[in-house]
Amino acid sequence: MPIYLIALGAVGGRTVVNSWPKPFLPPADLSFGTIRDFLDIAGVWSSALYSVEAAVLCMAFSILLGVPAGYALARFVFVGATTYRLLVLLTRAFPVAILALPLTVGFIRLGLYDTPLGVSLMHTALALPFAVLVSASLFQAIPRELEEAAWVFGCSPVRAFLRVVLPLALPGIAATAIFAFVISWNEVFAASVLTVRHKTLTAYLLSVLSESPLHVQFAGGFVLIIPSVLFIFLVRKRLFSMWGIANR
Amino acid sequence: MADIVIDNVTKSFGSFIALARVDLHVADGEFLALLGPSGCGKTTLLRIIAGLETQSSGHVQIGRRDVSALPPRKRGLAMVFQNYAVFPHMTVRQNVGFGLRMAGADAVRIERQVARAAALLHIEPNLDRYPAQLSGGQRQRVAVARALAIEPAVLLMDEPLSNLDALLRLEMRAELKSVLRQAGTTTIYVTHDQTEAMGLADRIAVLHAGRIQQVGPPAEVYARPATTFVGGFVGSPPMNFLTLPVENGCVRLGALTLMSPMGFESQIVLGIRPEDLEPAEAAEGFPFTLRVAEPLGSHIMLTGETVGQHLRVVVPPETQVNIGATMHLRPRRDRVVWMDPASGAAIRRREAEKLGTEAAGD
Repeated sequence: MPIYLIALGAVGGRTVVNSWPKPFLPPADLSFGTIRDFLDIAGVWSSALYSVEAAVLCMAFSILLGVPAGYALARFVFVGATTYRLLVLLTRAFPVAILALPLTVGFIRLGLYDTPLGVSLMHTALALPFAVLVSASLFQAIPRELEEAAWVFGCSPVRAFLRVVLPLALPGIAATAIFAFVISWNEVFAASVLTVRHKTLTAYLLSVLSESPLHVQFAGGFVLIIPSVLFIFLVRKRLFSMWGIANR
Repeated sequence: MADIVIDNVTKSFGSFIALARVDLHVADGEFLALLGPSGCGKTTLLRIIAGLETQSSGHVQIGRRDVSALPPRKRGLAMVFQNYAVFPHMTVRQNVGFGLRMAGADAVRIERQVARAAALLHIEPNLDRYPAQLSGGQRQRVAVARALAIEPAVLLMDEPLSNLDALLRLEMRAELKSVLRQAGTTTIYVTHDQTEAMGLADRIAVLHAGRIQQVGPPAEVYARPATTFVGGFVGSPPMNFLTLPVENGCVRLGALTLMSPMGFESQIVLGIRPEDLEPAEAAEGFPFTLRVAEPLGSHIMLTGETVGQHLRVVVPPETQVNIGATMHLRPRRDRVVWMDPASGAAIRRREAEKLGTEAAGD
């Protein structure tokens, strides 16, 4: 419903946005003019590109760091495993607002300030706890015997992981990746604090749209939603078709 | 040649001792069943042989090669897991060929071996299906075929039939026996089901609380249990044990006088299988008060008491029985075993016989 309303505002033009009650059916004079106008605003395309860049990097970092950590949590018994689990969650306990200033200073020193890489690192910090915990429970759901069978039938531990565990965990890992992507795509605060000229789409819109008319804002919002919704739908289909959710 | 030597293997988890100085030798081509109640350490022992668990001390040799420190893939063995552990994301064909592919065998050989293993276990029609589309019994066959396809020198099986229903289990048991006899593989088979162990194995090793109680052919373990535990665990119904007073080297049981082994002055345990007791006249038997009679078709199982102790008897189906009545029984003398009441260990038969004849000569 909210998505429908936003879409309506985006394609309906000025009159529909300001009318009340909202028409239930889309009005006849649908026009993508507003969206086109919006896309013509200087910098939208380049900031969208930064957004994608940051989100993809964030996704990659979250998976590369989160999946091994999750595997370790699921399979190995080590001192402080429970504490570690808690600490992973605790990273989310600090408000970004408090971290923003020291982060900005630190990033300027490292030369990461105002780069998509810097933003993606920040977003990774936000997405990683979920990546770790979700993949831990993924691996826990895969019976240990499968891995042991692989070892017995000639696999080294690494090969067993690649041949048996990873294919089984892949749907879940893909979901985790999407999740990281969406977190990064939607995040505004850190992105606007950490960048000046190379703003991600959300941060850019925040600064530009506050000065634009309502229907352009709707158009911006709509454009913003499309990728994440599309992404989720695409992957969901893949998730279900992968050999069924219930494969045991 | 792949015999298995387990030399003084101990495994402890913290202060809990799962296996205590286990020694075992499995000959090439032999089928050995590791039998014991749950928690006795039989699965731990199997996993140590497989290399999935590391022993706290001791050595494992397979085919004269010390494999104690080798990872599972270098031990030259195959394993069938309790829950099958067939890979859900591979077809049956890929599952069965998995070991060969990992070993880098060429496609022709894989194809041939897979076909052979599949034929042996009658799963050819399912080769291109996924495990999720198969029943439990079929998955079990896939797991066995996967193990046999690599032509292992040693095959380890961890309660492979325990997840099947009773009828299927009976069918698979017979089939396994013939398949493995054909393959001539050295096999260690873990089970808690004594009929399975009796039916399948060349030899049975009975494990209790991390120690091997007895190793021997099924008939011997059944007839001559080494401890009261073995007698009680192997055989259904279990062996009867009567703790009886000893007087002048003899045990009196009703009208019977049995010569007991020397060295036991106050008490001794008499062990007798339920089917080794037969109805007798009062003058040549001991009294038995019948409490429950269960007609089981092929025989009647009687439960009751004698000299205040619990006793089970198996009699032919045509026997006349009256609940609550006292009947008289006689043990088949050559089937009686004597146990030490303190340790529960059997008093060796030859010794007992010799001592018995000496006592008779007095």
